[in-house]
Amino acid sequence: MITGKNQAAGLTIDEIRSAITEERTTATALAKDFYERIRKEDPEIGAFLTLCEARALKQAGLIDQMAAEGQPLPPLAGIPVAIKDVMVTSEVHTTAGSKILDNFIPSYDCTAVARLEAAGAVILGKLNCDEFAMGSSNENSAYHPVRNPRDKSRVPGGSSGGAAAAVTAEMAVATLGSDTGGSIRQPASFCGVVGLKPTYGRVSRYGLIAFASSLDHIGPFAKTVKDVALVLRTIAGRDPMDSTSAEVPVPDYVAELEKPVKNLKIGVAKEYFGAGLDPEVRAAVESAIQKLAELGCDVVPMSLPHTEYAIPTYYIVATAEASSNLARYDGVRYGFRAKSATLSEMYRKTRDAGFGMEVKRRIMLGTYALSAGYYDAYYLKAQKVRTLLTRDFDEAFTKVDVIAAPTCPTPAFRLGEKANDPLAMYLADIYTVTANLAGIPGISVPCGENHEGLPIGLQLFARHFDEATLLRVAHAYQLLVRATI
Amino acid sequence: MKVTDKDVSHVADLANLELTEEERAHMLRDLNSILEYIDRLSELDTDTVAPMAQVSDRYGVDESQQGSQRFAYAMRDDVREGLRKSLPQDVALKNAPDTDGRFFEVPKVIER
Repeated sequence: MITGKNQAAGLTIDEIRSAITEERTTATALAKDFYERIRKEDPEIGAFLTLCEARALKQAGLIDQMAAEGQPLPPLAGIPVAIKDVMVTSEVHTTAGSKILDNFIPSYDCTAVARLEAAGAVILGKLNCDEFAMGSSNENSAYHPVRNPRDKSRVPGGSSGGAAAAVTAEMAVATLGSDTGGSIRQPASFCGVVGLKPTYGRVSRYGLIAFASSLDHIGPFAKTVKDVALVLRTIAGRDPMDSTSAEVPVPDYVAELEKPVKNLKIGVAKEYFGAGLDPEVRAAVESAIQKLAELGCDVVPMSLPHTEYAIPTYYIVATAEASSNLARYDGVRYGFRAKSATLSEMYRKTRDAGFGMEVKRRIMLGTYALSAGYYDAYYLKAQKVRTLLTRDFDEAFTKVDVIAAPTCPTPAFRLGEKANDPLAMYLADIYTVTANLAGIPGISVPCGENHEGLPIGLQLFARHFDEATLLRVAHAYQLLVRATI
Repeated sequence: MKVTDKDVSHVADLANLELTEEERAHMLRDLNSILEYIDRLSELDTDTVAPMAQVSDRYGVDESQQGSQRFAYAMRDDVREGLRKSLPQDVALKNAPDTDGRFFEVPKVIER
């Protein structure tokens, strides 16, 4: 019987589901175990903003009833999961990490959340993040920072810092995050877990609080590639509520994992191994690529020539879209309102008091880039360079099936280390933003540790809608590494 | 310095932000440092490159159609009760800071 004392911690989705099916535990006992663990561990980590115990126990009760009646259990039956607080949850407090949504209770569920729950998952709560997903360290949360469970003096990465930390600290088996410029892959790398940003259009964003609509993605975190594949299979696919979700069939990602990786072509772009890359990160990623060669993949040197222009392009496109998306926070229909005598003063005082400094900085930069006289020089220019960056990948994928790179230039940095230098913080995203601009899928898989025991991530990219190949290579690598430890 | 104090005030106005004196000083410094980095985009000749606004422009597009008709994936039947019923009035108002039970209330807009 798996019960009490966190015996479920560290188990995979399949292990938990069989334990429930074989009546070695119940979904209710599991949920209670995880809440016990969260109460014990999370005060020092800060991954959760809201716990929704009533909703979780109700769902767990339904699963237990199905198991007791001998009904076939859905694929994620009883799996304890948690959701980044940028996805709305019906009747459950949702803040996007911002004071401006301090008292916001949504009236509907994000599609990805609804699909997880329909597949039997038990939603434990909502996870801390940088305010409106803007940040690379989780220090921009208006509530409290998240600490990296692997070293609590360090950041977990961002913006989905809570989503990565919760999996690392085994406070949830899988979590959902969002990735606009690396916000799933970078914290996955810093915390030593697997994080996937699917193709643009693969997962509905209905109910995702918008940051930059042409770059925002929802994706899963888990300890294993297989669990990430299981969650993706559940949340992927066309949703009539999101016109950008694509009418592209969803393969059985889990079945696809078992196909061979022999003779797949793995591209290694020199631009991802240049100045600024930590030598220990370089060594770990190069050794991981060597492992892919041992699995029978062909490693092909290549170039993505416009890579150095990705960060400037990203910070124009993302902030321009953010300045427009965040105009809705005006203190009228929901959220915080500052008391004022006139309407225009109310808008300003509400936004001044409700938004944190990084959000204001990005609204200012985006508004500037879209303003009369600067639109062509900044926004239009960035959109054109976005075409060039996308063409780099189009060209590359005529020759290779997957591209391998580091996820981040360094392991997790210390809290406060980059907090006062926005540009240095932006450069933490240097290897991740291009996949958002081009819309291709990317995954970060743990590939070792530095001399201080800090995790390092291997990043893989694939063609649009080819998550199957991406996950297959990541899975083969993870199996090989786990077998040799 | 590309961005001046005056620009910061103008942009803050456009964005409906007021900003404290301290925040304005930070903005001036940060926007200039970020824009200086962004200026490297001007090294690239993009005269003949088409702008890209959306990744989904590349999928489900019917090239033979014009305008919004091209984006087949975004089309649905135009029905009065759409994909989701409208929120009931009390639910729509429940998160509002101030209402009279029927409308959102805001400070007076027009002086009499």
